[in-house]
Amino acid sequence: MIHSLFLINPSGDIFLEKHWKSVVSRSVCDYFLEAKEKALEPEDVPPVIHTPRHYLISIYRDKLFFLSVIQTEVPPLFVIEFLHRVAEMIQDYFGECSETVVKDNMVMVYELLEEMLDNGFPLATESNVLKEMIRPPTILRSVVNTLTGTSNIGDTLPTGQLSTIPWRRAGVKYTNNEAYFDVVEEIDAILDQSGTTVFAEIQGVVGACVKLSGMPDLTLSFMNPRLLDDVSFHPCVRYKRWESERVLSFIPPDGNFTLMTYHVNAQNLVAIPVYVKQSISFFESGSGGRLDVTVGPKQTMGKTVEGVMVTVHLPKTILSVNLTATQGSYTYDNGTKLLVWDIGKLNPQKLPNLRGSLSLQAGAPKPEENPSLNIDLKIQQLAISGLKVNRLDMFGEKYKPFKGVKYITKAGKFQVRT
Amino acid sequence: IVCLIDYMLESNKESLKLEAMKRVVGLIAKGKNASELFPAVVKNVASKNIEVLKKLVYVYLVRYAEEQQDLALLSISTFQRALKDPNQLIRASALRVLSSIRVPIIVPIMMLAIKEAASDMSPYVRKTSAHAIQKLYSLDQDQKDLLIEVIEKLLKDKSTLVAGSVVMAFEEVCPDRIDLIHKNYRKLCNLLVDVEEWGQVVIISMLTRYARTQFTSPWKEDGVFDEHSERAFYESDEEKTRNEPEAKPYMMDPDHRLLLRNTKPLLQSRNTAVVMSVAQLYWHLAPKNEVSIVTKSLVRLLRSHREVQYIVLQNIASMSIQRKGMFEPYMKSFYVRSTDATHIKSLKLEILTSLANEANISTVLREFQTYVKSQDKEFAAGTIQAIGRCATNISEVTDTCLNGLVLLLSNRDETVVAESVVVIRKLLQTQPTQHSDIIKHMAKLFDNITVPMARASILWLMGEYCERVPKIAPDVLRKMAKSFTSEEDIVKLQTVNLAAKLYLTNSKQTKLLTQYILNLGKYDQNYDIRDRTRFIRQLIVPNDKNGALSKYAHRILLAPKPAPLLESAYKDRDRYQLGTLSHTINTKASGYLELSDWPAVAPDQSVRNVEVIEPVKIHHFIFPSTAHPTPSGSDAESRVENSSQSSEESDESSSQSEKSSSESESDSEKKKRKTKTPLQKKTVKPTAKDGPYLSKCYQPTFCSSDLFIFSLILSVCPPVYSALSPLSLSFPLQVSGPAFVPEKSHDLLHRMTGKGLSAQYQFPRQPCLYQPTMVSVQISLTNTSDHPLEQIHIGDRSPTGLNIHCFNTVECLEPEASVTVFMGIDFNDSTQAANFQLCTKEDHFSVSIQPAVGDLFLPITMTELDFRKEQGKLLGMNESSATITMAAENMTSQPISRPVATVANLGVVPSGQDDIHRCVFAGKTASSGAVVLVTVELRESSTALITINTEKSVMGSMLLRDLKQALAQA
Repeated sequence: MIHSLFLINPSGDIFLEKHWKSVVSRSVCDYFLEAKEKALEPEDVPPVIHTPRHYLISIYRDKLFFLSVIQTEVPPLFVIEFLHRVAEMIQDYFGECSETVVKDNMVMVYELLEEMLDNGFPLATESNVLKEMIRPPTILRSVVNTLTGTSNIGDTLPTGQLSTIPWRRAGVKYTNNEAYFDVVEEIDAILDQSGTTVFAEIQGVVGACVKLSGMPDLTLSFMNPRLLDDVSFHPCVRYKRWESERVLSFIPPDGNFTLMTYHVNAQNLVAIPVYVKQSISFFESGSGGRLDVTVGPKQTMGKTVEGVMVTVHLPKTILSVNLTATQGSYTYDNGTKLLVWDIGKLNPQKLPNLRGSLSLQAGAPKPEENPSLNIDLKIQQLAISGLKVNRLDMFGEKYKPFKGVKYITKAGKFQVRT
Repeated sequence: IVCLIDYMLESNKESLKLEAMKRVVGLIAKGKNASELFPAVVKNVASKNIEVLKKLVYVYLVRYAEEQQDLALLSISTFQRALKDPNQLIRASALRVLSSIRVPIIVPIMMLAIKEAASDMSPYVRKTSAHAIQKLYSLDQDQKDLLIEVIEKLLKDKSTLVAGSVVMAFEEVCPDRIDLIHKNYRKLCNLLVDVEEWGQVVIISMLTRYARTQFTSPWKEDGVFDEHSERAFYESDEEKTRNEPEAKPYMMDPDHRLLLRNTKPLLQSRNTAVVMSVAQLYWHLAPKNEVSIVTKSLVRLLRSHREVQYIVLQNIASMSIQRKGMFEPYMKSFYVRSTDATHIKSLKLEILTSLANEANISTVLREFQTYVKSQDKEFAAGTIQAIGRCATNISEVTDTCLNGLVLLLSNRDETVVAESVVVIRKLLQTQPTQHSDIIKHMAKLFDNITVPMARASILWLMGEYCERVPKIAPDVLRKMAKSFTSEEDIVKLQTVNLAAKLYLTNSKQTKLLTQYILNLGKYDQNYDIRDRTRFIRQLIVPNDKNGALSKYAHRILLAPKPAPLLESAYKDRDRYQLGTLSHTINTKASGYLELSDWPAVAPDQSVRNVEVIEPVKIHHFIFPSTAHPTPSGSDAESRVENSSQSSEESDESSSQSEKSSSESESDSEKKKRKTKTPLQKKTVKPTAKDGPYLSKCYQPTFCSSDLFIFSLILSVCPPVYSALSPLSLSFPLQVSGPAFVPEKSHDLLHRMTGKGLSAQYQFPRQPCLYQPTMVSVQISLTNTSDHPLEQIHIGDRSPTGLNIHCFNTVECLEPEASVTVFMGIDFNDSTQAANFQLCTKEDHFSVSIQPAVGDLFLPITMTELDFRKEQGKLLGMNESSATITMAAENMTSQPISRPVATVANLGVVPSGQDDIHRCVFAGKTASSGAVVLVTVELRESSTALITINTEKSVMGSMLLRDLKQALAQA
């Protein structure tokens, strides 16, 4: 299965290596670095590389490459999924996943990797189990550690892995028992020049932060479960209950986790919260062009649209831009040709507008294609599909937990073609 | 630094040592060499003080042991000691490290450790041993045979923790020993949902391979499979109708169906690898009309990370070539976004092209138009190829596409133009008539095109269709003659070709030009060109020697050529199992296991029958016992039973009551057996008429052997595990045999209402064979009429959703004869009656089965400790209790287990306490598997407190009511 792991930063330095079987020389990474050189963007590096003796499967995430070395046949998704779990685990432990964080916590990351795989086969990937074996750092504990010379590795041996519920650690105790659920929906859409929807769908995630003592057994039901077209669950969810009653019945892991993801298939019935009026044109002479973009609210269900941001990858031949925004501010990076217009809250009375001129490099021909606009937005207290949580019940424990549900709608891959 | 660390390691202070070890591990992580510290580090391996230090030392050892073998041996004894540690986690970690030390000399020690760990009490240690098998195998392949034995043993393990790891070991060590899987096949299928996600992937891929060797193809429309249609014992009528809607002779093996059914829920897994592996299983194993259920889930994965998308799209590309219909409704999900990575874009394009058909081609082409304008020129070029493929596949749009492509010829970007030329060339070849305009247009563009492939394509077109453009072609050749030396090789070759063709058709104008070009070619640096020139010259220029060939020159060079096939790169990719690495890289990866073709004739399907099933089905209701009635249960099961038995025994010395209770139990067993025998005879006698003498004569032998084994388990079994049993922190809900089976049978159908057919039912209180969630029901059918009754079976049922496993149709029941059949009913943990129709050939009678709450449980074995733990989880509203008054003479624990066992099918929990006034029972509900715990505490003044803990509070209160009644009577 997974033979070795290398962490590589974007400039090609290997800063951590871990071998689960015999040691593989880091020169194997040269094949990867070669492919990386060839690719224009780090995203374009092929995830699977075939070298004479090994297979390299890599992911690019949080500006880091996670490169695994494989020697025999294994489902590539198996490896990719695992690498993402490693990244998530680092994120979970240290708050972010970056080169500095990994370098600062080298020993701990190394130990975590040691626990996660045995002989290249995943052993413990549940955050709850790992945290019992190796405690995550806290400020207080790190002070205590430096004073007393102890470390973060648990003195007591874990029980979680051995309980009948592998994802939940035993003996959880809180003074305040709380369970919060976030319903986050993302709109993926492609709009064409005229503003008609080419493609739209809603992807939702029910995230949870459950801090409940003991072994609570929760049941979460929706007002309108029929909306959900396709779902995937955290392993804790009892699939049979869902099949028969359309309720989520589960014993939750402790802490933060993703309870389910879902897909709402409404095709063109998806409410598009904003409209974009745009005109980007280049002069035939090839000396420059004009850009004029206006964003306005469309189907917002009476809520305010916040955090609106328009991102444009301008053509490579653009030399400079000279724009004015009636609301918010814009930044333009001449290196990446990335124009970002941060609008903020949408005011229906006074629509934000960005207009001005673009100048091209001397002698460059008129660009073939107009760049497409990527829109970001956020609507609080609204699930655009209309999904609503009905109730949350708890069994198995006596106390009364504090419960809460939050809805957010965001733009996912929301693209306007021009 | 190394010196400093060395010094720190030598110090006596633990904190300094720890700090030093951290630095050492830091060095390892950075890939720096820390091997010279080995002697200093290895000294700390036996450090008793802190767990932490030890762990770091282990990390170091595993990394460097291979390099410093002699020194590594010093540490071995520490691990050997740790292997005997009472804490399972220490045992496991010792085995992990020991097996990771790649030193050949310790192979025998590792082998021994693995063998021991494979029969450890703790499933976690057994899991570790499965991993160790692979490590040892890679270290020393000679151990294969011994390791296979261990694998065989571990495959029988019933723990979900072990299953994934042992199958992994199987795949690595002996993937060809398919015979080891037979007996475990059904178990693996049933466990699958509860196995951890990584294990699921491995098991599913193994089972896919297995299924392809054991079942016949569900894809064939016809074929003779009659020998196949004898049904396995648990295949129901219901399944039969579902599997063959058109009454085809093919019938799916029930085990094949089992696999498909049990993997389906996993499509909802959050783990993309699991979803993909289920998808490939359906692709390779399911009947064609069922494969499409995986579509939605695969499309869902496209929302995941870029790398996941890449792999999933590749697989969809392979699938969509064969089965367009599967993904067509989701076509819009494959629309390209400008932010996609290049390899994602081209895969989406590939899929869109495969999905295009007459109905949606206009949408697809409109989408392609957007893509052609993309800034990413590589992608734009890919789109042009895709348009070309659409144009050839769908003849209605060929002209539209061609015109569109010609427009692109005036594009400013060179790659776009070049690609268009190449694609146009291919398209023209497929239909060369009346396209001379396009050829002329291209000739005009020739001067501006610099991409070699495009130039070569135009030249080839000129040559091929030179008769259609008689004026232009020689002119092009003239230009080429001028620039010949500076062209790319591929262009030169085509120039030579063009020259030759023109020479043949229009030698007057081009003779000199041709000769000039051939001369240039003759001295070219590239030997392909020199070779080609020589060949052409001999062929076309007439001389004495080769007159024979040059006669045919025209036919050779200007032969009508078959049009190129524009087809996908993913065609036939699915010769590799989908989802594998080999599929992704399109070559056979090392260790790839070929998926075999379906066998023409299915191998013997009875190999998958686990022996325990047959005898249990016939006899076990007659001889209830706490131990399993047959000796052939798998090891794991009997081990758990042994341990529970032995812990009972070990407690004997301390608690007198325990002994008496187990004695009383066996007493009651014997009594029951005595009382049972007459009943048994009653049922056997009438059937004997028809001739099943077999059951009659084999009964007694079975009885005695059963008794023998029962007593054997009670008395002989050594209490080896008793010391370890308190350690087991978890307990699998291990179903044991019932403590008591009431003989009471209920009327299902009276002979008067049933027109001679009478039926009685009783609950044998055994776990149902068909599905674990069902309650098994034993039905005795008797024919009291004077004519034979035919085709007795089960008809309509209500509520309709009721899950019943019907008994096999009784073809004929002679007058006076009776037959006993079994069925399974999923009561869904409620005492609601199951209504259904009992049908004969002529009549049907509505009947209903009403379970008592106690019959909906299955007894489980657990220790007192586990009992307390479980009880702790089920407090509050899950607890119900009542106080009752009992007769004084019943105030010992002995008789209490009787009435409780009569009321409810619960197992007695051996109590480790001296408290003789307390009796505890455990069971689980059949449908949901919820734990049910019953405690009866005897108090002063002849009262008793009954406490029931279960999350099924309704069942709890019903059970309480029944128990109150029963104990008050007692």
